Amino acid sequence: MPINLLKTFMSKIQVNGKEQEVEVPISLIDLIKKNDVAQPEMVSVQLNGEFVDRGDFNSILVNDNDEVDFLYFMGGGSK
Amino acid sequence: MDFTEDQIQRYSRHIILQDVGVEGQEKISNGKVLIVGAGGLGAPVALYLAAAGVGTIGIIDGDVVDLSNLQRQVIHFTPDVNKAKVLSAKEKINQLNPDVKVVTYYDLLTSSNALDIIKDYDFVVDGTDNFPVKFLINDACVQAGKPFSHGGILRFEGQTITVLPGTACYRCVFHAPPPPNAVPTCSQAGVLGAIAGMLGTIQAAEVLKYLTGVGDLLTNRLLTFNAKTMEFRTIKVKHNHRCAVCGDHPTITELIDYEQAVCEIKNQA
Repeated sequence: MPINLLKTFMSKIQVNGKEQEVEVPISLIDLIKKNDVAQPEMVSVQLNGEFVDRGDFNSILVNDNDEVDFLYFMGGGSK
Repeated sequence: MDFTEDQIQRYSRHIILQDVGVEGQEKISNGKVLIVGAGGLGAPVALYLAAAGVGTIGIIDGDVVDLSNLQRQVIHFTPDVNKAKVLSAKEKINQLNPDVKVVTYYDLLTSSNALDIIKDYDFVVDGTDNFPVKFLINDACVQAGKPFSHGGILRFEGQTITVLPGTACYRCVFHAPPPPNAVPTCSQAGVLGAIAGMLGTIQAAEVLKYLTGVGDLLTNRLLTFNAKTMEFRTIKVKHNHRCAVCGDHPTITELIDYEQAVCEIKNQA
């Protein structure tokens, strides 16, 4: 069912360990945009502890009480 | 192993530590650890492991000390500018603790030398500044069944995870290197010097925990911190069954030399 046909409601979810109030269900890509993730094509996402394939960011929906973690590349160390 | 009186004195704070003791110190003294990169992370790791009396420390780095390194790479001093980093590091380790045997590799870690080098060590520490080598270390260690510590720092942040055979690996979390230049390095975006010490000492502590068998390693957990807020967080991560190197059907069976960011290649020329 297209997202805009689903009944949405305000709910609390956890994003990187912090509570966030959003209208759910919300697609992962919309949640990524809402959180101002700088390079969505670079972020690794866990939804309730399971990795989500980047190709599924548009279709996966975040629901009531879900936990989402955005994990970012960090490359430094030597130079 | 019989410790001399001087060694008992030198390592006394380990020896009186309930979980370590003489037995734990023996394990540390018999330990062989490879540090990849003698830079921001490698410097504190090397100093603390040397002070702890790790028996053999291997250091691989193909770079020379630059004046801009000294803001955070605390194993190198001003007179070391232009000296090979591995040589500069070896000199400090020898002065700090003559018990330690230092093996230096003035070279870059590549797909052709990685397995041959890591095979001699019990544990590998990733202290590199670029994604191609971070993934190379991951893949080589997974294939060789070697435990390792991944570390990354940037600006005010750091992250680290310890990987043992069978636990979530770096590729389980991050899949593949970002395209060259897509994610800035410290030389492009900067890093607060002390962040390197914060993260490097966490990695050093993981090595000592691994060697002595004390405590719970940072496995299946990615530790991240932001020094601006001083908030630390560990995010549970699971071994990914679809992981290209350690998953159920691995597609990576040979080591890969990924393309590096253009500016980094220039720096290495």
